[in-house]
Amino acid sequence: MSSNAQKSGFGATIWDYMTSVDHKKIAILYLMSGGLFFLIGGIEAMMIRIQLMKAGNDFLSAGTYNEVLTMHGTTMIFLAAMPLLLGFMNAIMPLQIGARDVAFPFLNSLGFWLFFFGGVFLNLSWFLGGAPDAGWTNYASLALASESHGIDFYSLGLTISGFGTLISGINFLVTIINMRAPGMTYMRMPLFTWTTFVASALILLAFPPLTIAIFFMVFDRLFGSHFFDVAAGGNTIIWEHLFWIFGHPEVYILILPAFGIFSEIFAIFSRKRLFGYTALVFATILIGFYGFMVWAHHMFTVGLGPTANAIFALATMIIAVPTGVKIFNWLLTIWGGSVSFATPMLYAVGFIPSFVAGGVTGVMQAMAPLDYQLHDSYFIVAHFHYVIVGGVVLAIFAATHLYWPKMFGTMLSEKLGKVTFWLFFIGFHLTFFIQHFLGLMGMPRRVYTFGADQGWDLFNAISSAGAIFMALGVIILLVNVIMTTVKNERVGNDPWGDGRTLEWAIPSPPPFYNFAQTPLVRGLDTYWIEKMEGNKEGMIYAEPLGDIHMPNNSFIPVVMSFGLFVASFGALYHPDDLPWTVPVIVLGLLITFGSMLLRSLKDDLGFHVHKEDLIKDREGVKTDGHQ
Amino acid sequence: MINGLKKWRLFTLMAALIFFLAGCGREEISTLIPAGGVAQDQFNLLILSSVVMLFVIIVVTIVYVLAITKFRRSKLGDEFIPEQVEGSAKLEFLWTAIPIVLIIIIAIPTVYQTFDLADTRTMDVEAEDGSMTNLTVNVIAKLYWWEFEYPEQGIVTAQELVVPTDQRVYFNVVSADVKHSFWIPSIGGKIDANPENTNTFYLTFDQESSELEDGVFYGKCAELCGPSHALMDFKVKTMNSGDFDQWVTAMQEEQPAPSEELAQTGEELFGQDGLGCIACHATSGVGEGNIMAGPNLATFGDRNRVAGILEHNEENLKAWIRDPQQYKPGNQMPDVKSLNGGQDVSEQDLDALAAYLMSLSVEQ
Amino acid sequence: MDINKKYTPHSWPDHPETATMEGKNKFVGFWLLLAAESVTFASLFATYLALKDKGPSGMEFTAAGLFELPLVFAMTMILLTSSLTSVYAMYHMKNHNFKSMQAWLAVTVLLGATFLGLEIYEFNHYVHLGFGYTNSAFSSAFYTLVGTHGAHVLFGLGWFIALMVRNAKRGLNTYNAPKFFLVSLYWHFIDVVWVFIFTVVYLMGVIG
Repeated sequence: MSSNAQKSGFGATIWDYMTSVDHKKIAILYLMSGGLFFLIGGIEAMMIRIQLMKAGNDFLSAGTYNEVLTMHGTTMIFLAAMPLLLGFMNAIMPLQIGARDVAFPFLNSLGFWLFFFGGVFLNLSWFLGGAPDAGWTNYASLALASESHGIDFYSLGLTISGFGTLISGINFLVTIINMRAPGMTYMRMPLFTWTTFVASALILLAFPPLTIAIFFMVFDRLFGSHFFDVAAGGNTIIWEHLFWIFGHPEVYILILPAFGIFSEIFAIFSRKRLFGYTALVFATILIGFYGFMVWAHHMFTVGLGPTANAIFALATMIIAVPTGVKIFNWLLTIWGGSVSFATPMLYAVGFIPSFVAGGVTGVMQAMAPLDYQLHDSYFIVAHFHYVIVGGVVLAIFAATHLYWPKMFGTMLSEKLGKVTFWLFFIGFHLTFFIQHFLGLMGMPRRVYTFGADQGWDLFNAISSAGAIFMALGVIILLVNVIMTTVKNERVGNDPWGDGRTLEWAIPSPPPFYNFAQTPLVRGLDTYWIEKMEGNKEGMIYAEPLGDIHMPNNSFIPVVMSFGLFVASFGALYHPDDLPWTVPVIVLGLLITFGSMLLRSLKDDLGFHVHKEDLIKDREGVKTDGHQ
Repeated sequence: MINGLKKWRLFTLMAALIFFLAGCGREEISTLIPAGGVAQDQFNLLILSSVVMLFVIIVVTIVYVLAITKFRRSKLGDEFIPEQVEGSAKLEFLWTAIPIVLIIIIAIPTVYQTFDLADTRTMDVEAEDGSMTNLTVNVIAKLYWWEFEYPEQGIVTAQELVVPTDQRVYFNVVSADVKHSFWIPSIGGKIDANPENTNTFYLTFDQESSELEDGVFYGKCAELCGPSHALMDFKVKTMNSGDFDQWVTAMQEEQPAPSEELAQTGEELFGQDGLGCIACHATSGVGEGNIMAGPNLATFGDRNRVAGILEHNEENLKAWIRDPQQYKPGNQMPDVKSLNGGQDVSEQDLDALAAYLMSLSVEQ
Repeated sequence: MDINKKYTPHSWPDHPETATMEGKNKFVGFWLLLAAESVTFASLFATYLALKDKGPSGMEFTAAGLFELPLVFAMTMILLTSSLTSVYAMYHMKNHNFKSMQAWLAVTVLLGATFLGLEIYEFNHYVHLGFGYTNSAFSSAFYTLVGTHGAHVLFGLGWFIALMVRNAKRGLNTYNAPKFFLVSLYWHFIDVVWVFIFTVVYLMGVIG
């Protein structure tokens, strides 16, 4: 441990987080920035609902509305939901498999900073001439016709943050393949680790098509190519295919970790082993696998022909089977258990009806001829909010309550947690249930206004009222976080009392090396097994206490990401005939590749935590997890 | 929790009540009140799938409610350690097999309908007299209006689609700029208007629009296409084939010049020597599609709305001509001031233009 | 892992690239990266095939009229040979023969640079014919696919050179062995992609 371990103060903390390669600190970074973007996306959502609360409202102008709806979707998917989930994966997955860190701590940090700079770049569009306005799907003909630089902020921002996500995906895969503790076989891995594994595999194979599509968009708009320019032989349907080849797996990248979180919660708060663990694992794999074969169900009305539509309709319906298997296994996990309705469980129990509702409307949309009516109507808006909010966001809130003690060592208030849940849950159904009917009543999605003569006034007003409840819920969650942090009441290893997996066997928050000795895993729910056998330590060990090798902190990830951020500005203004754009592109790329070279040439061998320090730690002498 | 459940039940009840009060939306636009064969088929699929899904929801709800009420820790005591059940192959089989059966039930009509709705075999069938047995309309979507070309009849109209009720109508749908989507909710599902290819599908219209409260069905653009995507509306007039043939004939004939003096002044203003509106807007129904930059106005006086969205009266028409951007942001119509040498168009001129445009009619 | 540990061919492990935990992680991670790269190139190929010979009305360039096989065939042979020489280098790495490894790597770099030079010549030639990047959808797709491959070659060359220079004085150990192994793996991947480009773009292009 180096001498600056004792340094404290705000600046030092910031520097520590900027250079940290510790998965737990990176998790906190993801949580904070994902949370910030979630709030921004939420404000955008409120603006949408204010605009649509009555017919002919003029709160937002037509063009601004399109910017807000685009940024709402893009922010929530790419900058809020995914990073928040990546945060929990980072915080928990290495602990669940008994690892001291992820396989590539440096890349973990790089992944975060790429995401962060990409997200900041995208949001800077608000201040630099206008946000993107072609929807989060950014269909090519409209995107090429868009006049402001908004679309370029979208393309370049998502390229940078997409690289970050891809890196994280590879990192988690290698971590799970190589870093499991002895005895942690694949079929003993906790469900959250399994879903992290499958979601990471989806990231690995789904992000490249998006990156390529966005590259085409960048080149078309900024460097004069003609991929989507119909007059020069281009074809905009290519964008739709590439986007949805990414876009559908993306939905599962979001929902599978959510499934994992709920699986953990059902087992913990029912005090019972997951019912049909094997079935749940295979259902996860199947869902991930099918996720790649159904993308054209987003394109039923494009005119691909009846054969393609029929095949993709059938393939899509099949996904209902493994999803149904999961639902029933969760229900049977509760069945015969001892159910405690703590806040995380409340979210999990609220998730089941919400997600079933989103799932069945999904099957309805899989019926291609029916989808001709439902597609691009408010029905679809209702459907995907039911799966994304009713699935993913509820999971994120649940995980926030569940893992807060493990990440920060304090317990969020149960009372306020329940208030948040009820406000958010009621508001959510109030907002979105009625939108199914708006769609069936002929309301297209992405409309900035509607006439009083269309018969949609009442339902839109109800929907907007619901959004207020959701906003209140989120505000109370924030209050909860602040109050909990101020109170700072420390908790022990297993604050929920019924933890089953390895992360609950170590202190909250864990020391920076996680496990002083690598545990030996004897079965599924290994901590539960040890507890039931009366093992006070909660673990048995695979190795004697010895020196631990840890990686060094590094500032290079920030610099590398910053280089791409700089280069993006050059690229963005390139078509405006400004003299400085090419030099700025070159400068940015030099920063990035230069620091990559530096990283490659400079040996970084890490350091060792010595046995004596580990013993001191164990005896409760606090040695900060910091080198 | 109990308290919460009660609240939840109350809320569901209220939601159901509101829903019944509001009905199923307006008959001009609701998919729940189908007025065409295609929409009817799709509505039937909606009902079928809703029934199947309701079955799923009921089963899940029963297990769910029992599970969360029977096994509460408050009932079982804090010390109770449940049996750690691994799973059940029988149950796994059951809840794999039953959904598969349910999926087969909805898959069969899905596949059948998918092919049936794409069936264009009767499109080019000729009747004995050499004319086509079914009407074909070419739909050209433009930033933010719709052009309808009747190739066999040699006529063109815009913003208001006129179709006969008792036959299949085939549509060739294409976009002239960015992607749009052609949707008449109460008649049938949508199809995209792509810039690179023409999509063909058919619809049937079973109800005459004169029976509707507003006299027309409402059509929509369903694909985000720019600021005024929400305003890219069109209307559909359906009539029996006798009336339709009459309408076609009227469109094909040259319309008499306006008789009123004000309208005659308007015609001059509209023409080459006036503001030059005629450079973009044809006033004769005869012609081909995708040639003029603006909508054809031959049927303007018969229309239900100004610009597809405003109530059809001279006040709105004048307001529209004065400042089209105010009503449809981003539309392609030039500022009338620029056509008038930078001068505001006088109120009298606007009156004349409005009188002229309102006099354009094939139905009177 | 001790970076200063000296190895002899006897004490050198059979699989030096995976002898350490870091090596194992890099090995698995890199294969995964190649999976992502494969999808990347698959997307580029699909786009190229969709846009092949597509252009504004009256475009004079088609694949059949543009591409000339002899030069491209020579490039293919050069790149395939460089793949072979990198195999030799890895053979010597496994036998802990640092000098021979460096020598073969140098040959690989030379061949790779020749390939890149020829590709630049080829592009330049097309541009002079009037077939520029912004000429048509076809030209955009062509240059993006082949150019992305070319950029990979360039990156590979830089990587080779950086490793050779950095480790020139200290020889092989289990810290840098995985790095040498990965760059050669990367080089093979680039080679395989080129075989597809040669087949899909050039052969199928000329045949029509």
